[in-house]
Amino acid sequence: MSEVIVVTSGKGGVGKTTTTANIGTGLAKLGKKVVMIDTDTGLRNLDVVLGLENRIVYNLVDVVEGNCRIKQAMITDKRCPKLYLLPTAQTRDKSAISPEQMIKVIDELKSDPEGFDYILLDSPAGIEQGFQNAIAGADRALVVTTPEVSAIRDADRIVGLLDAHGLKEHEDLIVNRIRMDMVGRGEMMSIEDVNDILQLNVIGAIPDDESIVVATNKGQPLVGDDTMAGQAFMNICKRVIGEEVPFLDLNGKGGFFKKLSSLFKNGK
Amino acid sequence: MSLLDLFKKKGSSDVAKDRLKLLLVSDRANCSPEVMEMIKNDIIKVISKYMVIDADGLDIQITTTESDSDNGSVPALYANIPIKDIRNND
Repeated sequence: MSEVIVVTSGKGGVGKTTTTANIGTGLAKLGKKVVMIDTDTGLRNLDVVLGLENRIVYNLVDVVEGNCRIKQAMITDKRCPKLYLLPTAQTRDKSAISPEQMIKVIDELKSDPEGFDYILLDSPAGIEQGFQNAIAGADRALVVTTPEVSAIRDADRIVGLLDAHGLKEHEDLIVNRIRMDMVGRGEMMSIEDVNDILQLNVIGAIPDDESIVVATNKGQPLVGDDTMAGQAFMNICKRVIGEEVPFLDLNGKGGFFKKLSSLFKNGK
Repeated sequence: MSLLDLFKKKGSSDVAKDRLKLLLVSDRANCSPEVMEMIKNDIIKVISKYMVIDADGLDIQITTTESDSDNGSVPALYANIPIKDIRNND
C-alpha cells in the first residue's frame, strides 16, 4: 500500500522542492519505491532540482487529458532505479488539473501492480487551486518552514487548512535553513521556539548549508552524503519510514533540542 | 558565548517570537489583538463582580477544539483566570 505524502509550506522559497527532491531520493536510497509528483503546474522546478529536465516528454496534464498513459509520463532516475518523477506542464496553469483528477492519478499509481511505497507530492506555494490539488489525495503532510516570522505565520495558516482537510495528527514539521550560530546569539528562533509556536512535531531540521546550493547547481540531491544537510535529510527519510533516529548526543546530557543544536555546532 | 550573555539583552529572536504569538492569535481568530484586549478587559470586569482575580495572570486565547456534535474542529475561546480569593457574598 502506498503512502501519499504532500510537501507544502504556504510561503514560497522556503525549500519545498529541494526537500521533496531530497526526501524522495533518500527514501529510494533506503530501498523504497518512490514516485514524486510535481504539482506546481506552470512553475515546475522539481525536474531541475533532480537534474531530469532534459528527459521530460509527457507530463501530468497530458495524463489527465488522456494524451498519454501514466507510465509514459513517468521519468526514471538512472542514478536511483527505484525513483520516478511525474513532472507537470510548464506552459499551462493550475486550472488545467482539478482535485478530482489528481485523486484519480494517485489512485492509479496506488493500484500499480508493482506498487509504490511512497507517492510524494511537491506542492506549489499559496493556498489556491494548486495547493488544493496537492493535498487532495494526501495521507500525510510535511510542512516546510524556516525560522522566520513570515514563513512560520504561513505555515500556521497551512496547518489550519490541513487540519480542516482531515490531516490533523498526520502533519510533521521540517525546519529548514536553520543557523545554529545565530540561534546561539539569540538572533534566530530555535527549533524549540518554532515547535512551541506551531505545536507541531518536528521531524527534522536542515542547517543552512552551502552544499545545498552546490547540489541544486548540479541537479544532484545531496541526501545521504557526508554534508550536514545531506545527513539531516537522510535522518528525516529514516523517520518518515518509522525508524527511530536519535539526535546525536555529544554532550551526554540535555534535552532533544540541545542535543540537536550541539550536533550542528560540532559538525561545523 | 556564555550562558550569561543570553540574559544581557533581548535578541531579535525573542522579538520575533513575541510578534508571532500575537500575530497568530489574530490570524487564527480572525480578530485583531485590540479586540482580544477588549474581550479580556470585559471578562475581568464581569468576573471581578463575584471574585478577586489576578488580572495580570489572566490569559485568553483563541484555539481550536474538537466539536461534540460533528467530527470537525471548531474555534474555542480559552481563558485561564487565576482566582486570588473566592468571595462569598451570601
